[in-house]
Amino acid sequence: MTRLQDIDWTASPSPPVDKKERKIGSLEVLAALLVLLVLFREQLAGLVDGARLQTWTTVFVSVLVQAAPFLVFGVALSAIIAVFVPRSFWAKALPKHPALAVPAAGLAGVALPGCECGSVPIAGSLIRRGVTPAAALAFLLAAPAINPIVLTATVIAFPGRPEMAVARGVASLFVAVLMGWLWLRLGKQEWIKLPHRPELDDLSKGRAFWAACRHDVMHAGGFLVIGAAAAATINVIVPESWLQSLADNAVLSVIALAVLAVLLSICSEADAFVAASLSQFSMTSRLVFLVVGPMVDLKLISMQAGVFGRRFAFRFAPATFVAALGIGTGVGAILL
Amino acid sequence: MSKLTQAVVMLLFGGAILRASFTDLYLRYVKEGLRPFLIGAGLLLVAAAVMTLWYSFRSPSTETDHDHHEPRVGWLLILPVLGLLLVAPPALGSYAASQAGSVTAQSPESDYPPLPEGSPVDVGLVDYASRALYDAGKSMENRDVRLTGFITTAPDGKPMLARMVLSCCAADGRPIKIGLTGRAPIDVPADTWVAVVGAYSPEKGKDPVNNVDVAYLEVKTWEEVPEPKQPYA
Repeated sequence: MTRLQDIDWTASPSPPVDKKERKIGSLEVLAALLVLLVLFREQLAGLVDGARLQTWTTVFVSVLVQAAPFLVFGVALSAIIAVFVPRSFWAKALPKHPALAVPAAGLAGVALPGCECGSVPIAGSLIRRGVTPAAALAFLLAAPAINPIVLTATVIAFPGRPEMAVARGVASLFVAVLMGWLWLRLGKQEWIKLPHRPELDDLSKGRAFWAACRHDVMHAGGFLVIGAAAAATINVIVPESWLQSLADNAVLSVIALAVLAVLLSICSEADAFVAASLSQFSMTSRLVFLVVGPMVDLKLISMQAGVFGRRFAFRFAPATFVAALGIGTGVGAILL
Repeated sequence: MSKLTQAVVMLLFGGAILRASFTDLYLRYVKEGLRPFLIGAGLLLVAAAVMTLWYSFRSPSTETDHDHHEPRVGWLLILPVLGLLLVAPPALGSYAASQAGSVTAQSPESDYPPLPEGSPVDVGLVDYASRALYDAGKSMENRDVRLTGFITTAPDGKPMLARMVLSCCAADGRPIKIGLTGRAPIDVPADTWVAVVGAYSPEKGKDPVNNVDVAYLEVKTWEEVPEPKQPYA
């Protein structure tokens, strides 16, 4: 261990002044941490021994493995938007009037086949590039729910009930557009606090692109880890038998599945299969599960707080939850 | 967290994903179809790490100006690296199976196709359950079937055969459970993988967790088997 401190890992052609004084930088901390982890590997694996903790670890790792491609490709796409797509493109592509830009952006969500982890950094990039926040938010909410992959999964999960996928698409688009318009009326620009990103104005496009990728992977990825840990915890500590007692009450079942969607934080490409297996619940309450899940859940709240700031996330998430619950129930009553 | 540190973390994260997808490790957590995307994501992460290293070695002058703006939350990305490289938790087993309700067997679209040749013939747990529950075992008359799964304990203490069904990743894994009668493996501990050979049993039960019908199998013989490469149904 002493060896590590002898090596000056920060050595660089022209070491900056403040670095010289601060000998132990993050790289040394990381190196020491990794050495410790490898040394105590056996003990660490031993800790993860109980069935419950083991299940927690499996679920935690699997949420991250499942989300990693969507996160990474979403980050790459958002870096392309932030660096290579000129500002003028968005002014031309979206209707001038914000009230019209909202539904247009919501519908544009059809074109992003992925789940919700990728759409948060993309929405952040859109705002940065001058897209009106209301439209970017409508896109953020609609994209994970109404893209072709998710709707196809919903059709497969509910064989013989294609109206479920239709209801899901309609209700999700409604909620997204409504939230966009609501933001136009009530939202305050200062709630959204996008972090200062000087590297995006780098003169070298290549360097700006990779810097944006690095930043977003570390940032959104870190919040994804928090969300995955929360979801794994809920997955392990809430026994499904609790749900059974709620299924018989029409009102309670809707609220229960809406809350469950927030807590479980399942990827929007998979949630239809989970909804299908909750067969003791009414179709309407399962529709609400599918509408709420891609828009509000623990990992999304965590990522939104990171990308847009806490003041935004703690207003936006509850409002979206109420809108999704209400509209999901309404559409379910009409279509299902 | 300096840019160099971030590059190392990204390199480890990408490397861990690549390693998991080039071995069978990823099958414990996600579906087989995700593999190309995992490889793509891993390569992109490694590329981002390499480019970060490249730029910071080539022009280190811009390096420190914004160091304190760098996201601290990124440290957490060490956790999945740790999980994949050092701990590598096992596939979901009997604990998860006992917590969640059995999946509903698929109701038939038409008549069930006859079982393939062979005695005993290998049948999936979901296939067996739907043939047993919706077809009263007609398509399996006078046939011996072999089911492979792990042992889990029912609330009444009897062993059941189970396998987890994934639709996307282990977070949505749900068990398919089959009750065992006849010469069931009583003494093996939970989570042991077994192949049981038996015949259709008209007995039916209910999964207490979600009140779904559970099919039964009349066991003739059974043997312990190693965990399959693809642990999920």
